[in-house]
Formats: sequence, structure tokens, C-alpha cells
Amino acid sequence: MHDFFAVILTTDFAYSVLRVTTPILFAALGALISNRAGIVNIGLEGIMLTSALMGVLISAYTGSAWVGLLGAALGGVLMAGMLAFFTLQFKTHLILGGIAINAFAAGGTIFVLYMLTGDKGTSSSLSSKVLPSIDIPLIKDIPVLGPIISGHHVLTYMSIIAAIVVYYMLKRTPLGLQIRAVGENIHAAESVGIKVKKVQYIALLLSGLFASLGGAYMSMGYLSLFTRNMTAGRGWIALAAESMGRSTAVGTTVTSFLFGFAQALSNALQLLKIPAELISTVPYVATVLGLVFYSISVSRKANKLMNKPK
Amino acid sequence: MAEALLDMRNITKVYPNGVVANQDVNFSLAEGEIHAVAGENGAGKSTLMKMMFGMEEPSRGDIYLRGSKIRLNSPQDAIRMGIGMVHQHFMLVPSFTVAENMVLGMEPRKGIAINYSEAVRLTKEYATKYNLHVDPTEKVENLSVGMKQKVEILKALVRGANILILDEPTAVLTPQETDELFDQLKLLKEKGHTIVFISHKLKEVKAICDRITIMRSGRTEGVFDMQQVSEQEITRLMVGRDVVLKYEKEANSIGKPVLRVKDFTVCSKEGKRVLNHIQLSISEGEIVGVAGVEGNGQSQLVDAVVGKLKGESGSVEVGNVPIGGMDIESVRGLGVSYIPEDRMRQGTAKEASILDNIISTRFKGKEWSKLGFFKRSKMLELTEEYIKKFQIKTSGPNQEIGMLSGGNMQKVVVAREGSTEPKFLIAEQPTRGVDVGAAQLIHHNLLELRSKGCAILLISADLNEILELSDKLLVMYEGEFVACFDHPSEISEQELGLYMLGINRQEQGDIRRGMHV
Repeated sequence: MHDFFAVILTTDFAYSVLRVTTPILFAALGALISNRAGIVNIGLEGIMLTSALMGVLISAYTGSAWVGLLGAALGGVLMAGMLAFFTLQFKTHLILGGIAINAFAAGGTIFVLYMLTGDKGTSSSLSSKVLPSIDIPLIKDIPVLGPIISGHHVLTYMSIIAAIVVYYMLKRTPLGLQIRAVGENIHAAESVGIKVKKVQYIALLLSGLFASLGGAYMSMGYLSLFTRNMTAGRGWIALAAESMGRSTAVGTTVTSFLFGFAQALSNALQLLKIPAELISTVPYVATVLGLVFYSISVSRKANKLMNKPK
Repeated sequence: MAEALLDMRNITKVYPNGVVANQDVNFSLAEGEIHAVAGENGAGKSTLMKMMFGMEEPSRGDIYLRGSKIRLNSPQDAIRMGIGMVHQHFMLVPSFTVAENMVLGMEPRKGIAINYSEAVRLTKEYATKYNLHVDPTEKVENLSVGMKQKVEILKALVRGANILILDEPTAVLTPQETDELFDQLKLLKEKGHTIVFISHKLKEVKAICDRITIMRSGRTEGVFDMQQVSEQEITRLMVGRDVVLKYEKEANSIGKPVLRVKDFTVCSKEGKRVLNHIQLSISEGEIVGVAGVEGNGQSQLVDAVVGKLKGESGSVEVGNVPIGGMDIESVRGLGVSYIPEDRMRQGTAKEASILDNIISTRFKGKEWSKLGFFKRSKMLELTEEYIKKFQIKTSGPNQEIGMLSGGNMQKVVVAREGSTEPKFLIAEQPTRGVDVGAAQLIHHNLLELRSKGCAILLISADLNEILELSDKLLVMYEGEFVACFDHPSEISEQELGLYMLGINRQEQGDIRRGMHV
């Protein structure tokens, strides 16, 4: 037990929470935007995976990490666009469309990887680039706080900024208002002349954009190469984070950190003598527990109100 | 007559499934009038209005605005040309504030953000101008139905609507709210707006409209100045026969109590008592009506007496059997039938045939199957008998029930629920949105059940119906019975309204004495 706290109560651990939260937070923000427009984007996982590969490939061939990021974003938006095209234009069932995207990405990434590198497992033969990390001047010299907050990957900072942007966008801008209107009462939106399909397109494409940044982070920051199925369910965890966060920007961000914490814990515990297989289940168990506790608290609250004597 | 503001000429609308909703319809709107469009359900009023608002395109025929031909491809086109619509089902976003709903789709901006204070100002400006007072910062979900309707009207006005289409605006209002709406409509008219008023309540049409266009089965039956036409004549044109709104109720001997609700209390999620120590008893051969503004506990009362809702205290008994905790099948086994309010979702399985819907409550009975197979021909016979008895307009027993008009659909529900010789029937809004002919048929059926000794709980927002049919009338307000009348047909709607709105209430003792509990 002593060892356990020795692992947790370190600046390194706190730093790693931020590090592992990044992809979950990006994807969860993506889930949030599309959900508010009334579309559950279950293709997040596939979008992230595609972007992770795109980032590696483009950066390797152009020699620029930033162009690689652009490629990753483009790949993610394209996948989301495909999903939008089939579900909004041709009325494919949303769940089927999402499954197709995920299956396509899972197989497609390996196929492309093999075609280009001859390797079905990793992109280690490609000299892909990694996006830089940033030391924040002044803050980096503060004891304890400095090593936790400073020196992160550029996308980690971007994910925090993204959370603020999404919050503002949904709450304060005309687009946000229209997205929420479409999600809540599509007929009301239609009746005042909002182009519902267009709004849903925008929401899904934005959703794809944010998820793609999460994917790019996986292969150009978290690791410096692409490995098969490297997103490992983060897209799904993001969906759980979004619904546990009750479809609000603040809630989604907080729960993303909660899941990030669980993930970081699982990474940290691998230093201890606990079977690795068991430890790697921690984030997933945390997801399930989180949802259980959440629904218990919701129904408790409801019951309490029901029984409140008057 | 002034030159027509809006002219719809020889409009024909054929839906892709082959239904001819409008046939050579002519509709002409003069500037500054309130023009009623009246007709039974399925007469084509809604279709005509949808075309006027750009939601549907006519298959044939033209629309002229101030003499020039226009094409309306979407509601947006209509809004741009100054045509606004207040839908029967409100088109509002519940979690938004009034101001947000007002500006949705045309948000005033400040930089990249919405200029919320401008939205509030705009709402206030229009609210004052048209005397439609609403709180701009209140969330729509917290508003009463009447207030929501005001928001809808303002929404159309703020978008520059000059012609305002109101689709059955009074269906959800109390008599007092209706009067208020009429005052507001008159004010709108004074300010130069033109109003299309869709309704099948003749009294209201008579009270407020200048002219009336009557529709029947997809055609226009005539246009009249309101002063020059009587209610009887309108009715005759609408239904093709004179509808008697009075029923000959034979005196009935009232038997022993069937339903007994004792001291029943239920709280909502928010902790509010939606049913507060309810006492109710209905006897054989008795129709007890429950009137009240929607949302005062009527739907919970229904859930309680069908055994769906468990109370915090009290009990519900049908024929001396407590039904709390019983499943629906066993409750039905006691002779309980239920005509639910929502025929689309609860009353029928929309994609199943008429036959399947009819048989759905009794298919488990031994007489309907042999060696595990249904006796299909016997079922067909039964369905055909009902189709004939209830004059259900259909292509046959195997037609999908969702294809029927609302009135015919409801007839199927009534046929199913009323034909199992029920001891206790709950009729929840049995004729809502149903045309006069079908309503009459349903009313007769309820009276027939009454004379056979069935105990009936009638819950209705249609005051005419509830005053005519009930032997005893209870008024519900905030989860309690606040009045009990022994001779419902002698009460005026205005008097009833005072109880419905909670302005008057009788002594609890009087109510209980009236209920024999």
C-alpha cells in the first residue's frame, strides 16, 4: 500500500494524468458536439485511428510534423464526412454507419500500413515526426506545479483550449444555439428555417475534427509511431465520458479527466508487482464503475425527491 | 371585398402514397381579416395550410401573393414573404429561454457571439407592442401552455409575419385563456395583420372570425361572411348532415360500486403531490367525468386506476379486488378496459393490421386458437363485424392501422375496448382530434356501455362532451378534486372554468358526500 501512494503522490503521476487525458478529452468534446446536435457519433474510435495513421504517414513523407497534423485532421474530418454523408444524405442507420466506420478504420489502417511499410504491426520503419512539447516560461520554475503543468505536448494544451472553445461555442454562439436546438427539438429548428441537415453536417465534421486531434496525439505525441489498434477503446471511453458528463462541456471535461486519472493509474501501477493484465483493465473498470455510480446517484436523487414529505 | 392578399387557386395535392388530400381547392384571403378554415378531421385543412406555409408543395395549382405568383419551397420562403404559422404542437425548444426561442435562426450578433441582451430587448419590444406579455429570460419548459402559445405568436411576428396561420389554437387552452387569445387576435387584426384560424369549434369561429371557408373531404364547400351563415348551416356543410350535440340519455339505475379509490396519494419526481388523497367511487351504469386543465393529475389518476402507478398511500380496488401491483393482463382480466389518450403510441400498434390490433387484447383466449394456431377466419369475421358496426373507413381488416385517419383509428380502439363486455372502462380523451361524425359514434357507444351496466371514468378536455355524457362531474385541480356536480349538463362552461383554474372550490365534505365515500 505504501508503494501505491508512493506512485500516486508524485508530480510525475500528476503530469501523466494530463498526458493520458488529452486523447480522451479531444474525443469526448467531439462526442459532445455531435450529441448536442442529436447524432451519437459512435465512429469516434475509427476516426481517431485513421487520424493517428494519417499523421504518421503524412509527417513521414513531408518531413513536417505540422503538415502531418493537418493530414491527420483532414483524415478525421473526411471519415466524419463519410459518416455524415451516409447517415444524413442516405439515411443509413446511425449505429450501422458508425460500426462501418470503425470496422473500416480497424482493417483499413492495417492494410495501408502493410502496403506502405510491409509491416502489419507498427510504423517503426517510417521516420515520422513528433509534435513538440512546450515549456511555459515562469510557470515551469514554480516548484511542484511547474513540473505538472509545464513541458506538455502542444496538443495537450490545445485540448484544454478546445474544451474552452467548445464551451463558448455551444453556449454563446449562433451555431451553438442552433446545434442545441436541432438536438433538442428538430421540428422547432426546422420551423424557423434552420437548415437542420447543414447544422448536423457541421456538428459531425467538428466532431471528426476534435477526434482527429486526439488520434494525432496518439501517434505524434503519446507515442512516436503508429501501432495497430493503438487507440484501444479511447473513442468509446470518450462516449462514456460525454454521457457521464451529462452532455455539458464542463461535465464532459471533468469526467474525461476522471477517466484520464484511471488510465494514468493503470500505467503507474505497472511499476508494482501486480499482474499487467489486471492493471490494464483499470480504465475500463473505472468506466463501468463511473457509469454505475452516476446512475445510482441520479436515481437516488430522484427517489429522494419522490419521498420528500411535504 | 378588398383585393385578395393571398390567393390559392385550384390547388390539388396528391401525396406519394396516392392519398388525394386536396382537390381543386380555392382559398382567398383578404387583407386584415380573420378567416376561419373549418372542416372535419381529414378534410384537408392541414394540408392546405402546409402548402401555404411552404411545408408541402401543391401537385397542381398556383399561389398568388398580392396578385403575383409565388412558389414556396420551404417554410423559410414563407417566412420571407411574411407568412407565419403557429403550429398545434408547439415548435419551441424547452430548455431555451423565451428570448433564445424568439431569435433562433436569426440571432442578433455581437462579434462571434449571440447578443443576448438584444434578444431580450427585441422580445420585450414585441411583447409590449402586441400586448403579449411574457418574461424573456424564463425558460420555455417552465411556461404554461397559454404562455407558450404567446411565445409562438411572437416568434412569428418577430420574423415579420403579416399573415398568421393558427392551427387549432384553442385546443389546449382553458376558456379564460381562449378569451385572452381572442382579445390578442383582435388587437393583431387592428394592427393590420391577417389571420387564418383553423378550428372545428364553431362557437369560437363564430365569435372571432369575419369569414369562413368550409372544407369537406379535400374540397372547399364554400366561403361565407360570418354574419350570413348559421352554425347549423356550417355544420351541415362540414359533415353533410345535421349533427345533434344533445344526447338522449336514458335514466339509468345505478348499481353497486365497481371502482373504489381510497385516499390515494402520489408524488412527482420533484416531490410535488400530483394526486393528493384522492377519493373516488364509480358504480355500475354510471359515467363519472373528470374535467380539468391538462397536467393537474388526470394522467396520474388514469395510471393509478389501471394499476400502472403505485401510490404512496391509499388503494385502488376494482370489484373489491385491490389492483396495486397487478400486471396489466390480470387487471384486464377483472374486466377493465382502457381507451388511452394517445392512440398513436399507446392505443394502437401503428404498423399492425386492424385485425391484429383488435385481437391484441384477447388472442390468449382459448376460443381464438386451436392446436397452437390462430383461428384466422374467426378473427376476420369479428374484425369485419366491427368495421361494419363502427363504420370504419378502410380497405379491409388487413389494412395497416396507421394508414387510417385519426377518427377511424380511434373507432378501432373503441371497438376493441368496448366489445369485451367491460365492467369498468377508462375513456381518456376518447374523441380528441376526431371528427364530429366519429365522435358521435363513440359517444353513442359509451352510452350503450353505460346502459349495459359498465362503470365509466371519462377524462376529457372537451367540455361539451364531458358535460353531456357524465352522470357526475368532478373537477381536478393540482391533484385534488375541487368540485363535484350531480347534474353536469346544467353547469355553464364559464362556471366550470372557475373551478378548473382553481379560483373556486367546494368544501371537501360536499365533494365526498357527492361521491358517496
